Amino acid sequence: MALALQQLINGLTLGAVYGLIAIGYTMVYGIIGMINFAHGDIYMVSAFIAVTVFTLLASFGISSVPLSLLVVLLVAVFFTSIYGWTVERTAYRPLRGSTRLAPLISAIGMSIFLQNMVQLTQGARVKPVAPVLVGGIDILTIDGFTVRLAYSQVLIVVVTVALMAGFTWLITKTSFGRQQRSCEQDRTMTALLGINVDRTISLTFMLGAALAAVAGVMVTVYYGVVDFFIGFVAGIKAFTAAVLGGIGSLPGAMLGGLLIGLIEAFWAAYLSAEYKDVATFTILILVLMFRPSGLLGRPEVEKV
Amino acid sequence: MSAPPPLLSVERLTMRFGGLLAIDDLSLDVAARKITGVIGPNGAGKTTFFNCLTGFYKPTVGSVRLNHPQRGVLRLEQLASHQVARSAQVVRTFQNIRLFPQMTVLENLIVAQHNALQHASRFSLAGLLGLPGYRRAEAAAMDKAVGWLQRLGLLDKADTAAGALPYGMQRRIEIARALCVDPLLLCLDEPAAGLNPRESSELNELLKHLASVEGIAILLIEHDMSVVMNVSDHICVLNYGRKIAEGTPADIQKDPNVIKAYLGEEDADELRADEMRTDAPTDPEAVR
Amino acid sequence: MAALVLAQHSTSPAERLKDAAAVAFIALLLGIPMIGLTTVDQGGALRIATRWPTLCIFVGVCFAGRLLLRYAIDRLRARKQARERSAVSAPTVDQATSPLLTWIGWAALGISVALPMLFSENRYVVDTATTVLIYVMLGWGLNVVVGLAGLLDLGYVAFYAVGAYTYGLLSTQFGWGFWQALPLAGAVAASFGILLGWPTLRLRGDYLAIVTLGFGEIIRIILVNWTELSGGPNGIASIPRPSFFGLPFKPPGDDPTFASFFGLEFSTNHRIVFLYYLILALALLTNLFVSRMRKLPIGRAWEAIREDEIACKAMGINARNVKLSAFAIGAMLGGFAGVFFAARQGFISPESFTFNESAIILAIVVLGGMGSQLGVVLASLVLVLLPELGRDFAEYRMLLFGAAMILIMIWKPGGILSHREPTLRYRADGGRR
Repeated sequence: MALALQQLINGLTLGAVYGLIAIGYTMVYGIIGMINFAHGDIYMVSAFIAVTVFTLLASFGISSVPLSLLVVLLVAVFFTSIYGWTVERTAYRPLRGSTRLAPLISAIGMSIFLQNMVQLTQGARVKPVAPVLVGGIDILTIDGFTVRLAYSQVLIVVVTVALMAGFTWLITKTSFGRQQRSCEQDRTMTALLGINVDRTISLTFMLGAALAAVAGVMVTVYYGVVDFFIGFVAGIKAFTAAVLGGIGSLPGAMLGGLLIGLIEAFWAAYLSAEYKDVATFTILILVLMFRPSGLLGRPEVEKV
Repeated sequence: MSAPPPLLSVERLTMRFGGLLAIDDLSLDVAARKITGVIGPNGAGKTTFFNCLTGFYKPTVGSVRLNHPQRGVLRLEQLASHQVARSAQVVRTFQNIRLFPQMTVLENLIVAQHNALQHASRFSLAGLLGLPGYRRAEAAAMDKAVGWLQRLGLLDKADTAAGALPYGMQRRIEIARALCVDPLLLCLDEPAAGLNPRESSELNELLKHLASVEGIAILLIEHDMSVVMNVSDHICVLNYGRKIAEGTPADIQKDPNVIKAYLGEEDADELRADEMRTDAPTDPEAVR
Repeated sequence: MAALVLAQHSTSPAERLKDAAAVAFIALLLGIPMIGLTTVDQGGALRIATRWPTLCIFVGVCFAGRLLLRYAIDRLRARKQARERSAVSAPTVDQATSPLLTWIGWAALGISVALPMLFSENRYVVDTATTVLIYVMLGWGLNVVVGLAGLLDLGYVAFYAVGAYTYGLLSTQFGWGFWQALPLAGAVAASFGILLGWPTLRLRGDYLAIVTLGFGEIIRIILVNWTELSGGPNGIASIPRPSFFGLPFKPPGDDPTFASFFGLEFSTNHRIVFLYYLILALALLTNLFVSRMRKLPIGRAWEAIREDEIACKAMGINARNVKLSAFAIGAMLGGFAGVFFAARQGFISPESFTFNESAIILAIVVLGGMGSQLGVVLASLVLVLLPELGRDFAEYRMLLFGAAMILIMIWKPGGILSHREPTLRYRADGGRR
C-alpha cells in the first residue's frame, strides 16, 4: 500500500515530464503531419543548458533556490526555443512538399547531429549536478516504509499544472492559438486568409521546444544527472505518450504522459525494473495495433 | 423481353463522417458494357461514392453487389481495396492522378499486372531462376502493356519516367494502367480534367471503344459536360450525397432538379451546357 | 548547415551581408550555451569552463560561409535561369545505364577480389576491408527496406543482433557449424521482421519508424538483461570461427587443417583472408539476389509501394504483404550479416548493437543513394575509413553524417548516386533514336 502510494507520486512526477515533451510531438504532428524525431534531443539540449546555468549561478554565489530556478528556467527556455526554431528552419522547412520519406530521414539526421554535437561540445560523460532542491515531506509511514513527497516532485507537478493552464489558454483563447489550430486543419486555406503559415509553424516549434526545455530543467533538478543520450529514450516514451493519448490532441498528450509515467513507475516497482522500457514500447505497439487514434484522438480517414 | 441483370447494383448506400452525411441512401444500377455517368456539383459525394465502391471507405450502411460472370455475386463493401481490384475486377483511377512517378510508363503498366505475374513467379522462386513459365508470363504481360500503350498512343513514351510526362498524358497512362488489371468495371474519376479539347474528344472515342468493343462497363465521374453528355448511356446526378435525378443524357439536360442544383433557383433559366462545366480539383473531399 | 538552408531570393551585396549577419547572430545564440560555455567535472563537482575564442571562430565561419554560399547560390540560380531561357523546351531524355558507373562497378569488384593478394602480408588492410564489406552487406540489406520499399527502419541493427546471437547460441550451446546455422539464423531474423512488421506495416510510415526504433531498443535491453540466454552485458564468448569446408584454421595438429591439407605453412593470415573472401561472397550474393528480386514482380511492387501505396491497392496489390516481404527479406539479409559478424569476432555483446549502429547503416543507405548498389559501397568506404584517418575524424564522424543526411535530403533526396535504372525496357537501347 505504502509502496503503491509512493509509486503513484513518482509516476505522476515522471508522467508530468513525459507529458510536457509529448505536447511538442503532438503539436508538430498536428501542424505538419510528421514526427519530429529531434524533439527528444531538444529536451536533452535544454537539460545541458540547465546544468551549465545552475553551475554558473552557483559560481556567482547565488544560493536562493527560487531565484536560481527562475533564472535557469528562463535561460533554458530562451536558448532551447532558438534550437527548436533552427531545427525547423534547417531540417524541415526546405523539405515541405518533398517525398514522404525525406523529412523523416532529415529528422533522424538532425537527431544524430544534436546528440553528437552535445557529446563533442559538452563531453560524453554523465554530468552530476549539485542538488538544487533537497528535502521533502514525509506523508505517512506504514510498516516501516515511509512515503515521501520530495520538494522537487511538488515543483514538477506545480510547474506542469501551471504551464498546462497557461498553454490551454494560449491555444484556445489567443489569436496565435487560433492561427495554430487553423493551420492544423487546412494550411492552404489559412495561408489564403493572410496568415503567415511559416511563422505559425516556426512558433509551434519554438513553443514545443520551450515546453521540452521546462521538462529538461525539471529532470535535471529531479535526477541530478544528465548525459547526451537521455533524449533518445525520453523521446520515445514521450512519443508513446502522444500516441497513447491520440496524436494531434493536446489533452491527449498530457493524459498519455501521465499514464506512461504511472505504468512505468508501477511496472518498475512490481514487475521488473530492468524491463520498464520494454513495457513502454510494448504499449506503443499495442496502441498502434488496436487503437491507432489513441484515447482522445480522432480516427484518421485515409485521403484517397 | 426482360433487361439483363445489372453488373453492379448499389443499394441504400450511406456514408457518414462524424456529423457529415457524405452519401445519403444512394441506390444505383450499373449496366454491363455501358457507360454510366455520375455528375453533380463539387462536394456532392461523387469521389466518396467511388471510395465506397472500391474498398477505400467502408460505407456506414448499404450494400454494393457485383455480378461477376465467373465468381458469382461479390459484396464489394466487404472487400479490402486490393481485393476489389483483384477478385471483383473493379478498377479505378484517381481525381488527382496517382502514378508511380519515378517508374517508367511501361513499368507502371507491368505493376498493374502484379498478381498474375507474382503467381507465375511462384513466390519469386521461378522468377529468380528464370524458369520458362515465368518468362512466358512476363512476355505476355509485356504484350498486354504494349498493346494498351499502342491503343492509347503512348508507345513512344514507354521507357520514360511517368512523372516526367505532361498532365494529359499522365491521365491516359493512368487509364492504360487500370486497363492492364483487366477490369469488368472501370471507375474513372474526372478523366477529362485538365485535358485540352482535342485530348477530350480522343478520350470520348476511347471510352466508347472500351465499352462497345472491349465490353468494359464504365462508371464515369466528370465535370466536363461535353464528355459526359456525349458518351454516357445513363447518367446519375448527385447533390449533397443524394441522388436527385437519373436517366439518359437528354432526360438529365431537361431535369429541373438538376438545373436547380447546378445554378441555384434564380439562375436556373440561364442554363447553358458549358456553364455546367467546372474546374475539377477543387473538390474539397479530394484536396490533400 | 543552417547557412545553406536559409537561402531566399535576393542578390544585392547589402542584402547578402544583412542575411549573413542574421545567420551569424543565430549561430552566436546557438553557440553560447553549447560552445561558449561548458562544465567540467572536478572531483565530483562541476565547474564552468569558457571557450569564447572557439565561439568567435564558429560565428565567424558561419558568417563567411553563409556569405559565400549565398553568393554561389545566386550565381548558380542566375546561370540556371539563363540556360533555361535559351533552351528550347528540353526533351525528356530516357536515360540508359551510365557506362561510367558500370565501369566503376566492375573496377570495384576487380579491386576487391585482388585486394588480399595485393596486401597478403598486411593484416590490417584486409581486416578493415572486411569491416567495410560487412557494412556494404548491411547497407544492401537495408536498401531493400528503405531504398526500394520506402519504409524507414530505424532498428535494423536488431536483426543483425538476432542473426549474431542465433549463431552464437547455436554454436556454443548445440555445436552447430557456421554453414548449418547461416540459413536458420536468416530465417529467425526474417521471422522477427514479420513479427514486428505484421502489426505495424498497415500504419503510416512514421509510425513504423518509431516502432522499429523501439524494437531495436527492446532487443538490446533483452540481450543485456536476460543473462541466462544471452550472457547479459558480458555477451557470448568463444564462438567458433568458420572452417574451410570442414578444415579448421588451426596450427597443425592431429586432424587435417587448412594449412596441412593444402600443404601450406600455417599462418594466421589464412583465416583473415578466408573471412574476407567469405564476406565478399556473401555481399556479392546479396547484391545479386537483391538486383534479381528488383526485376521480379515483387521488386517492382516494392518500388510501386514506395511511390504510391494507394495506387498499388487500386491495382489489386496487397500492400501489407508486399511491405512485409520487403521487411522480412531485409531482416534476413541483416541476420546473415550478423552470423558472419559473430563468426568473425568470436565474441558478441549487446554493445555492438546500439542505436548508433542502426544510424550508421541508415546513413550509408541514405548517403549512398537509396536504391543504388554502388552508392552503398562508396558510403561504407567513407564511413569506415574516415575514423581510420585520425582521432578527430572518428569523433566528428557521426556529427558529419547527421549533417550530411539533412543536406542530402534537401539537396538531392535520391542520394548522391540517385540514377534509377528501369527494371525492364520496351526498347533495348533505352529509347535513344
